[in-house]
Amino acid sequence: MTADLLSGNHFEIFGLPARFALDQEQLAERYRELQRAVHPDRYANAGAQERRLAVQRAAQINEAFQVLRDPLARAKYLLELHGVQVDDGQNTAMDPVFLMEQMELREALSEVRGHAEPQAALARLFQDISARIQDLTALLGGELDRATPDALRQARDNVRKLQFLGRLREEALELEADLEEGLG
Amino acid sequence: MALLQISEPGQSTAPHQHRLAAGIDLGTTNSLIASVRSGLAEVLEDENGRFLLPSVVRYRPDGSPIVGYDAKAAVVQDPLNTIVSVKRLMGRGVADLKLLGGRLPYEFAQGDSAVPRIRTAAGEVSAVEVSAEILKALKHRAEEALGGELNGVVVTVPAYFDDAQRQATKDAGRLAGLNVLRLLNEPTAAAVAYGLDRGSDGVIAVYDLGGGTFDISILRLNRGVFEVLATGGDTALGGDDMDRAVAQWIMTQAGIGDDADHAQLRRLMREACAAKEALTETEATGLVVERMDGSRWQGRLTRAQLHELIDPLIRKTLSACRRALRDAGVAVEDIREVVMVGGSTRVPRVRELVGEFFQRPPLVDIDPEKVVAVGAAIQADILVGNKPEDEMLLLDVIPLSLGIETMGGLVEKLIPRNTTIPVARAQEFTTFKDGQTAMAFHVVQGERELVSDCRSLARFELHGIPAMVAGAARIQVTFQVDADGLLSVTAREKTTGVQSSIEVKPSYGLAEHEIERMLRDSFDHAREDMELRRLREQQVEADRVVEALEAALATDGEALLSRDERAAIDAALLAVKQARQGDDHLAIKRAVEALEKTCAEYVARRMNTSIQQAMAGHKVEDFGG
Repeated sequence: MTADLLSGNHFEIFGLPARFALDQEQLAERYRELQRAVHPDRYANAGAQERRLAVQRAAQINEAFQVLRDPLARAKYLLELHGVQVDDGQNTAMDPVFLMEQMELREALSEVRGHAEPQAALARLFQDISARIQDLTALLGGELDRATPDALRQARDNVRKLQFLGRLREEALELEADLEEGLG
Repeated sequence: MALLQISEPGQSTAPHQHRLAAGIDLGTTNSLIASVRSGLAEVLEDENGRFLLPSVVRYRPDGSPIVGYDAKAAVVQDPLNTIVSVKRLMGRGVADLKLLGGRLPYEFAQGDSAVPRIRTAAGEVSAVEVSAEILKALKHRAEEALGGELNGVVVTVPAYFDDAQRQATKDAGRLAGLNVLRLLNEPTAAAVAYGLDRGSDGVIAVYDLGGGTFDISILRLNRGVFEVLATGGDTALGGDDMDRAVAQWIMTQAGIGDDADHAQLRRLMREACAAKEALTETEATGLVVERMDGSRWQGRLTRAQLHELIDPLIRKTLSACRRALRDAGVAVEDIREVVMVGGSTRVPRVRELVGEFFQRPPLVDIDPEKVVAVGAAIQADILVGNKPEDEMLLLDVIPLSLGIETMGGLVEKLIPRNTTIPVARAQEFTTFKDGQTAMAFHVVQGERELVSDCRSLARFELHGIPAMVAGAARIQVTFQVDADGLLSVTAREKTTGVQSSIEVKPSYGLAEHEIERMLRDSFDHAREDMELRRLREQQVEADRVVEALEAALATDGEALLSRDERAAIDAALLAVKQARQGDDHLAIKRAVEALEKTCAEYVARRMNTSIQQAMAGHKVEDFGG
């Protein structure tokens, strides 16, 4: 059988080094080139078999692109390539300081509605969350590059923290939507 | 090595001749068909020079259908047999009827089918059959204008259509005898019409307010690639609702009660629509309505009053715009242009509020009623193969999350909304009883957590799971959404590799045997032979496969195939051509299947080659071949 060219990992599909740091422009450019080659629209006149194959290939490329373009998903994926599972249900003990901060952030979020200027309060909260996400993401790059057992453990913990912050950010976005609808 | 092709005088050297393709905007209120002729996309007119076809079907006393203006003229006189706005019923269940903007002026048959059936002079008809009549009328118009049979069409759907609504649209195309190359989202079609015109890169918003549906899409244009970032909307909100709001107001003012009959309601809707249109020009308009008892009511509607009635509806659309921007991760300031689509964007108040929201005047220079059909025609022309060098590519998204029902009536999301399609996600399941050989899934679409708040798409039953102890089987179920936004499900037991069979029960769709029956019925009318039709379908598929394969072999058969492989393919190809000469549709089908099997390896190699070419120069190491 012919080797499946897309059987490699997500980085190999795009011909990119398996690193956390990544050129988004380059990724997007190669994504478009690959889709131009395999997208089902290119095979609209082909036989049923070729059309099915095109759907599968295009789906594979979409999947790889979704993972690589999102820093958190990319970090999780790199950890998996290193044999580290993020959501294995083990070693879930979190840094108590971080948990404390999370509780404070959640409290701040729940108090937004009662605030005299809810939108301003929410904007401040967004800034706070974004800054934390940025700091953690910066750490991740170095840890994943070093890739020592110790560094990978740290990276895993930081990915978990980022998941917390990501969920918080989602909830803040939903609240923002609610507030806007209320004004609408 | 370049090959020189020597042609006889008067013969074309082109690899294949120009194929006939068309784009169809199957609208709630009006439908259109457009085609690319001498490089220009144009909407095709009827023999009276009208480009719109009212989406109205009337079944005459003898059961024969008429479509368009003549049908529309009979709306008041024959409301029960004259079906308007059928698009609202596409992919809907009997239970949904109540939610569709109050009273529908038809009689629905009581039956056990999941699909509502309207009782007419032609018997009971489903929305798919009514839509197929509209498509047939458009097909006829195009084939008259273009002078030949259509090779393929692109049919547009609201971006927000769920799987059942898309499937219903595709079924209608099939019933109308069309080769539907693609279902294209209406806003994406509009973006194509504008984007190619302007060749400008950046993020654009498409605001599409039709008669019965609203869509908002945020797209990024980048050198011919149209990437949909997010889409949202409401499949039950449109210009009709504005008319209804005005009609309600008139009823209140004129003291017309809820007991008004169908004909009266139709008259009121017409009066309301006329008033809405008049107010685009003037500040106030007069109204005259005849009551049931024959007495007349006269009144006046000002523009300010109209705004009061319709502003809540427009604000609803703006909320959806806000959500779509958030989903796309872009701010209002990032939007380079706002494209207006749909007849209802002619209402000045809509343009005003949309312009305010996006902080820039919206684009209206392509007729908002034509723009979708024009974009669909451009894509149809490319898909049918008339522009092999064209670089345009449309990357669309799934509008609503897909999930499955889990314990306690909760939804587990498998594919979140706004994921680029095609997409495939696999999920592993196991058995919970010893020796269990079957399993049931319920697939739903929607954003809510409870199954009861989402849209039921289908129930799948898996059979043929090898009997094992509880928890030992590992069944991988793959949910795939294709480029049309349509779902398919496959399952495989991983430890044994056994492929499980899947039985699909669409919640609001037509089962395969129902479509078969409709196809048969439609031929009884046309006095055509079902067998002949099957033969024709197989011949078309055989021709398609042969043509594609011969073109492929001429390009890279030499490079990719060994002598033996080539000989096997040539033999299978010859078998298809021979079967094609005969009149046995099953024989053709078998020959095509055998050919596809023989070519499987070659097809995979070709796809790999094109991936390789796309990545040429990027790879550090060479691809293994």
